[in-house]
Amino acid sequence: MRLIASIGKWLDARLQLGATIRDTAEHSVPRETASWFYVFGSAAFVVFMLQIVTGIMLALIYVPSAGEAWNSLQTLNHSVVLGWFIRGLHGWGSDFMVAIVLIHMVQVFLFGAYKYPRELTWIVGVFLLLVTLGMAFTGQVLRFDQDAYWGLGIGASIASRVPLMGPSIVNLMLGGPIIAGATLSRFFALHVFVIPGLLIAFVAVHLLMVIKLGINEWPMPGRVVRKATYIKEYHELTKKDGIPFVPGAVWKDLFFSAFILLSVAACAVYFGPFGPSGPPNPTIIQTAPRPDFFFLWLYAVLSLLPPSMETPALLIGPVIVILGLLLLPFLFGEGEKSWRRRPVAVLTILLVAVALGTFTRLAGNAPWSPVMDAWSGIPIPAEFLHNRSALERQGALVFQVKQCHNCHSLDNQGGKRGPALDAVAVRLTQDQLIRQVIQGGGNMPAYGKNLSPAETTALVAFLETLHPAGQSPARDASRAIALEPDSATPSSGHP
Amino acid sequence: MTLPAGFSRRDLFMKIGIFLNGIVAVILGVPIVRYLLSPVAHERKGSYDSWVPLGSLEQFPSGQTRLAMYRDPIVSPTDGETADIACWVRNVDGQTFQVFAINCAHLGCPVRWFPQSNLFLCPCHGGAYYQDGSRASGPPERGLFEYHYKIENGKLLIRAGEMPTPGQASNIVREIRPCV
Repeated sequence: MRLIASIGKWLDARLQLGATIRDTAEHSVPRETASWFYVFGSAAFVVFMLQIVTGIMLALIYVPSAGEAWNSLQTLNHSVVLGWFIRGLHGWGSDFMVAIVLIHMVQVFLFGAYKYPRELTWIVGVFLLLVTLGMAFTGQVLRFDQDAYWGLGIGASIASRVPLMGPSIVNLMLGGPIIAGATLSRFFALHVFVIPGLLIAFVAVHLLMVIKLGINEWPMPGRVVRKATYIKEYHELTKKDGIPFVPGAVWKDLFFSAFILLSVAACAVYFGPFGPSGPPNPTIIQTAPRPDFFFLWLYAVLSLLPPSMETPALLIGPVIVILGLLLLPFLFGEGEKSWRRRPVAVLTILLVAVALGTFTRLAGNAPWSPVMDAWSGIPIPAEFLHNRSALERQGALVFQVKQCHNCHSLDNQGGKRGPALDAVAVRLTQDQLIRQVIQGGGNMPAYGKNLSPAETTALVAFLETLHPAGQSPARDASRAIALEPDSATPSSGHP
Repeated sequence: MTLPAGFSRRDLFMKIGIFLNGIVAVILGVPIVRYLLSPVAHERKGSYDSWVPLGSLEQFPSGQTRLAMYRDPIVSPTDGETADIACWVRNVDGQTFQVFAINCAHLGCPVRWFPQSNLFLCPCHGGAYYQDGSRASGPPERGLFEYHYKIENGKLLIRAGEMPTPGQASNIVREIRPCV
């Protein structure tokens, strides 16, 4: 024990850091900030440490070469002792890090912590969010599988829409004309050197400011931030009702960080590592690429935006969002901090959360994607074929063979790209069905050139049977008059 | 010699030192930037595309659309399988061909050909194209990208080498919009 003390003394005599560290650790923080709401920043930092350690572990085996990366991941998963676990930790750590950074950001926003004098802390925090998302995207690319390959294609297609510069940006991003060896190498450099370097630098500045400016006090309704008086009020608060950060507040950070690390480990063990999915061979086209969880909402937005709005939304949308985040502390640098007095702030968070949650959930079953094998893999449910004429059954066959099932569901089975057809006969008359099939329209291709008259007749006959038992199919009343004038006239013997 | 007040020999040398480092920064910076920009440098630009063979004509029967494959003309040793690119070859009538990029004109996912319904369908966001590559429905704003082709010694060649993207379609056959 005495030896350790004397080594410590020897080191401190040379490093001269002991006093600074002690002062920093024991600096006074407002009593209410020793709260479970204030643990997310430190948890994000701890998960980042985990990512650094597991990232270095993975780099011991991973080969950043387009020809070898996928095989090296297989080696990690199956041959290296606990390689799957390290991959699981790194993958789940990534998801946890993005989630915690977002929660931290929401907490900071709702507690008004971005207001004077912490504007720059918020701005650096916005950059930290961007580089964290950058790590998530580039990390997904390093898992060089089919999703990564086509995800790069999607990224390139988006980048190419930048006016004038687009094609050059694509070439720079891919390191050449196609997604190939140079592409993976540069994303490796980004993921392992460039973005982590930025991340460490931003984290350092962010933390330095948190310590220098003091942690945001617990917002109280009515306690209004004014630039002239705030710093004096804050110092009075920490002096009058402060506790030392260590150990007064830090124990909650320690508990929460341990809980998060355990959760990451539990997910890694229980769910295992992410992929890799199929090998990054562009000639294997039997694939339906999906982005990782935190980019699913974007996948949904890209499917649901009207085509004409897509390019402006893709190019201008992010600029507006980032500018809005950066300008926030300047536009609302003073005033109420408490979320109880900031209904617009609360509604904004709710709106964004519900929107992102809805898009993410939609992307989970991707109703806009055709089910590519429905025509051969999902049979028409038997009740749609019972007691049907030969022509109608022939129509059911046309329905399958012409891949209608890929986009239209029957009994909730099949594609959801187009409307479900369980009750289509109630909505459309025979003539309307024929026109829709032949000419297409709405979001449906025209099948006029791809169906013989006999096939069209059979298909429409089948579609006309698709109505609930108690409901008669739609019919054109005027047509009935035109074709059968006798039956349409009221009978003379009416009472 | 008298120096202006507050301007010493050391100040002068410091300024010369900063100036020297500025020159060194330019000398080092120019090659670094040129290295970084090499994928879009003038000597590379435009040389990405060249004629690549897709195989003999017998592989593409008249009236049918078949998947074909080529090795990208610019290959580096680390490319592995990524330099193998697929495309769709439509033999219109035995004389004329259409060669479509595998990439959807929306965001580049691989489109699949369904000969039964004569449609190309994209698995990502649900884009659909007719057999001649024109847009049928979904989010794409245009038809499929189409390569220039030529026939030499009974072989089908296309001009390819760069991944077609919505913003970079200059090397691709200009789209002919069908009359609707």
